[in-house]
Amino acid sequence: MPQLILKRLLHMIPVLLGISLLTFLVMQLAPGDFLSQMELNPQVSPEAIASMRERFGLDQPWFVQYAIWLKNIFFHLDFGESFSRHQPVFSVLSTALGNTFILAATAATLTWVLAVPLGVLAAVKQHSWIDKISSLVAFLGLSVPEVFLALLLILFAAKTGWFPVGDMVSLNHEQLSWAGKVADRLHHLVLPALVLTTVPLAGRMRQMRANLLDVLRADYVTTARAKGLPERTVIVKHAVRNALNPLITLFGYTLGALLSGAFLVEVVMSWPGLGRITIEALISRDLYLIMGSVMMASTVLIVGNLVADILLALTDPRIQV
Amino acid sequence: MSPAGVGVPPGGSPAGAAVGQGPWRLFWRHFRKSQFAVAGGIILVVFYTCALLASFIAPYSMTLQDRERFYHPPSRIHVRDAGGRWHAPFIYGTRMQDRARVIYVEDTSVRYPVRTFVHGEPHKLLWLIPTDRHLFGVRAPERIFLMGSDQFGRDVFSRLLFGGRISLSVGLFGILITYALGLLLGGIAGYYGGLVDNVLMRFSEVFMSVPALYLILALRAAFPDDIPSDLIYLMIILILSLVLWASLARIIRGMVLSIRENEYVTAAEALGMSSMRIIVRHILPNTASFVIVAATLSVPGYILGEVALSFLGAGIQEPSASWGNMLQQAQSVRVLRSFPWILVPGVFIFLTVLAFNFLGDGLRDALDPKKVEGKA
Repeated sequence: MPQLILKRLLHMIPVLLGISLLTFLVMQLAPGDFLSQMELNPQVSPEAIASMRERFGLDQPWFVQYAIWLKNIFFHLDFGESFSRHQPVFSVLSTALGNTFILAATAATLTWVLAVPLGVLAAVKQHSWIDKISSLVAFLGLSVPEVFLALLLILFAAKTGWFPVGDMVSLNHEQLSWAGKVADRLHHLVLPALVLTTVPLAGRMRQMRANLLDVLRADYVTTARAKGLPERTVIVKHAVRNALNPLITLFGYTLGALLSGAFLVEVVMSWPGLGRITIEALISRDLYLIMGSVMMASTVLIVGNLVADILLALTDPRIQV
Repeated sequence: MSPAGVGVPPGGSPAGAAVGQGPWRLFWRHFRKSQFAVAGGIILVVFYTCALLASFIAPYSMTLQDRERFYHPPSRIHVRDAGGRWHAPFIYGTRMQDRARVIYVEDTSVRYPVRTFVHGEPHKLLWLIPTDRHLFGVRAPERIFLMGSDQFGRDVFSRLLFGGRISLSVGLFGILITYALGLLLGGIAGYYGGLVDNVLMRFSEVFMSVPALYLILALRAAFPDDIPSDLIYLMIILILSLVLWASLARIIRGMVLSIRENEYVTAAEALGMSSMRIIVRHILPNTASFVIVAATLSVPGYILGEVALSFLGAGIQEPSASWGNMLQQAQSVRVLRSFPWILVPGVFIFLTVLAFNFLGDGLRDALDPKKVEGKA
């Protein structure tokens, strides 16, 4: 197992380097830079801009810029400075990533807590009305665009006033008691998490159902039944455990998918996460902030895949790497 | 349970099934049985036809504004007038009662019958035939808004049809590019193996390791902001294809790895066929049923990609319409609350994606010989 993890971690390095190079090149293709908007402003002298360009290193050829950027990461864990926010990229992004993580983790948990029992129920009662309704609902859930669902929920919240719209906390958050603060945060979390849960929930539920149906046809399930075990034990102890395996793998992938999904939800519902920072950075051509957020998002995705493989190796002793 | 009455032994008996039935007949027989898939197919045919004929079906052009009728609610179509008499479908004229709160009232003194094949703005049917006929409409000073109007008084229904041209076609052109790219690169990687395979796979890994939307937006940043809208359209298709080819190429590679072990590939090699010819003529056709299903199921990804880009302001720009940029207006809670009909494009995105999922699922069942037995 340690070899597997080490091998995969080493494998991450060229992939991340490739991503950073690709992103950096794309950003060089982009017309203009952060300062070109400032150039249009007659109030700012060309000298001031030239000196800023020098300070940010934007006057260097791109490969020099890229080399400096890489060097700073490797030796100082310094991801550069955000031009527009005048803050280190790392601190801007770690706050944002934390917020995105809260959202994604809530959605992932909700997905799992709901998907597994619903999938089991649908499989055990195959062809019953529960199965039919759940598969129809799953199809609807799989097909609803996140933007649209988010807008619908905002409309719902605005009409009923039951849920706050936008941001992570209320304006008076600081004045609340400790318990009040927690409640306030949870209250703000409900709608974005709901949107983010819908799509993966439908997918996972269908998968759980299909896996369990496959497993229930296996010989060892017949054997277990033949031994006279109660049906409940057969399903819970023998079938579900094995049917869970492929799903556990998907847990890691879900993390990456949630990150992409969270992007739109964050923008529509003004959740101060990585997606919103990224779109702002793209608009202002804040080079190092863009680089940082793409790298961070990719790292989460890759680590998610790694976690998936480790979990699979842990649950399935047949897998030897 | 078993498909009795079909007259053909269900699965498992290929000899009986093959008599007088080509693979397409067989496929059609299975496909037809899935009502959801057929419904999905019908919905899609209707949507795509409407988008093609948009300029004729839409009562107005995409950009026609009416500053006096912004955020007009959907027109109410009456069949009984205020006096209780019955008529052919008509609408009443409306006038703004409260400009600040945007409230319209109907003026019940004049009826405006909804007419078909009316004269209106000149347009080119299917980009070819010049005409000024529209499917339906009302007499000139009045306007009919089937799904309301937007902030500039443009007809949402008309924009929905024109926007559908963009949003719906992005998926079709997108899969053409992606699948050409994915099949070719996946085929080459799987067939040649070795260094070529290694390089291509590492390259695809880079693309697959960036969350889709981050990659889409980063690639978008490489293009100038102020490019003409038809170029933006091409750009969107290109970006989405670049983002989505990698996972397909990997799957195709896996399939090719096993297909190339077949004897007929060795035979083709022995006959001295060129490698490219073997890949294209002998190996890739074997992936066809997978590719058809996967392509159908991946169209929604492109549609949603365009919606996301345009919604974020990085795709199709005003005054052109796409389903994504029409939803952009709904970003303001106040607008959303008072004029909920601007969410209509969302409903159509949802229906389209749903239809593709139904269709893809039905195709998979119909094309997969294993499933046939299981279903009986």
